Amino acid sequence: MVKKFFEKLFLIVILAFLYAPIIIIIVYSFSNSSNFTWPDGFTFEAYRSIVTSDKAEALKDAIVNTLIIAAVSSAIATVMGTISAIGIQTLGRRAKRLALDVNQFPIINSEIVMAVSLMVFFVTFSFPEGYLRLIIAHVAFCTPYVILSVLPKLESLDPSFYEAALDLGASPFKAITKVVFPLIAPSIISGWVLAFTLSLDDFIITQINKGTSTGINTLSTYLYADARVQGLEPFWFAIFSIIFVLVLGVVLTVNLVKIRRQKERKNEI
Amino acid sequence: MKRIKNFKLTRKVFSYPYILFMLLFIVIPLVLILVNAFLDAEGNLTVENFKIFFTERSSLIVLGNSLLVGVATTLICLVIAYPVAYILSKYNSGKILVLLFVLPMWVNFLIRTLATKVIFVALDVKLGIGTVLFGMVYNYLPFMILPLHTVLSSIDKSYIEAAEDLGADRINVFVKTILPLSVSGILSGITMVFIPTISTFAISQFLSNGTIFLFGDSINMKFEQGLYGVGSIMSIVMLVFVLISNFLMSKFNRNGAARGTLW
Repeated sequence: MVKKFFEKLFLIVILAFLYAPIIIIIVYSFSNSSNFTWPDGFTFEAYRSIVTSDKAEALKDAIVNTLIIAAVSSAIATVMGTISAIGIQTLGRRAKRLALDVNQFPIINSEIVMAVSLMVFFVTFSFPEGYLRLIIAHVAFCTPYVILSVLPKLESLDPSFYEAALDLGASPFKAITKVVFPLIAPSIISGWVLAFTLSLDDFIITQINKGTSTGINTLSTYLYADARVQGLEPFWFAIFSIIFVLVLGVVLTVNLVKIRRQKERKNEI
Repeated sequence: MKRIKNFKLTRKVFSYPYILFMLLFIVIPLVLILVNAFLDAEGNLTVENFKIFFTERSSLIVLGNSLLVGVATTLICLVIAYPVAYILSKYNSGKILVLLFVLPMWVNFLIRTLATKVIFVALDVKLGIGTVLFGMVYNYLPFMILPLHTVLSSIDKSYIEAAEDLGADRINVFVKTILPLSVSGILSGITMVFIPTISTFAISQFLSNGTIFLFGDSINMKFEQGLYGVGSIMSIVMLVFVLISNFLMSKFNRNGAARGTLW
């Protein structure tokens, strides 16, 4: 009894540690202050200043950039990852092993090393600064996850589906688009979601590869630049709160649905 | 002529574009880092960079700081996360609960770090090693809980019952049964916390007001200052850390699910 109580207390303390900063920021996002006071009482002014402050323009650009880069690079990563997963699956054992080991590298490597190695590469071969570098870099760290999401599904497919399509006169291309793709669609989508999220969330690789002369910022690099000069202005509290609620809400819902589905499946069996 | 005839559009061909992409944007950049480590500012071959890194006081301080903060963060995370994961593995609804514990890691780390920083500043807490450690633990605790929970909740309960039936008391059951069975989770937790802790940049910089520099911060700084040689050496040192931890992880994971490892 006593042990159970202390176990629960311990869990609650750790949860409080994890969520206290988030809750404090959300509460004070309604105070329109950066020093945790209530000069005007409860107000939505901080939220309003997201669009009215003198940084609104730069902020909007940063958000648009973040979304464009995430959309483009996750799309490229998903297409390339899916197509190459189909190819990798049919490679010989050693070639496949090698390809997958190299594919694994961006995942295990520390982000900073990946970031500077790409930066040195871009500088050495004088790639134009800007979107091109950023999108290549994002595709490079997103595609491995797409492959890891698609490849296991492909390997669990019965090869006779593909062969049957060929026997019935389909070209390899048609066999893949009409037979294989529909079967692996769910894992392609989850690979894409992962790639999109990772690209949205990235800071280190973007910061190091965005270049200095272009002035391109994503939300995280703009936050970094702005917070380094001075503290956080009230509108950042509002943005943080929106992100907290959005991210936590979406991830929680997605996972709860997943858990419920698993339970239902178990019950059916 | 014969060559061309032999070329068929098999599925294998589909992998070539990405293999080329990996060669260009993963392999060659790493080779460039290796090459740059042996070049001086004029592009001549030299081992001077190694000398600079391993004798210069400031870079040794960074190395020391990184190891100190990395080891301390990892230990604190392990001490907190192990009991959390262990308790959670006993609950039936553990899956939903563990979700609550790892949820914050989906929020961008910069946002979480700055959130803790403004709170520290408002509370008049002096920014330094203490706040850096807090920020690191705050950021990386979920990465320790997750693998530990996966391993602990997959331990077959009958092992524990067998140990109890054979007369082991609770301490012995833990030390001789549960702990050895969870080694792979401990190791992957350590890797998932230690490597990012020493290589992230911005966290220690923000939470110490720029007084404590870790590996990630100084790699970034060296390249910003155009010191590619020394920056490359530091990246190689970082890579060595990554490879060692990966090697250790795959060794212990051999009979389990060896995911996310190289060997």
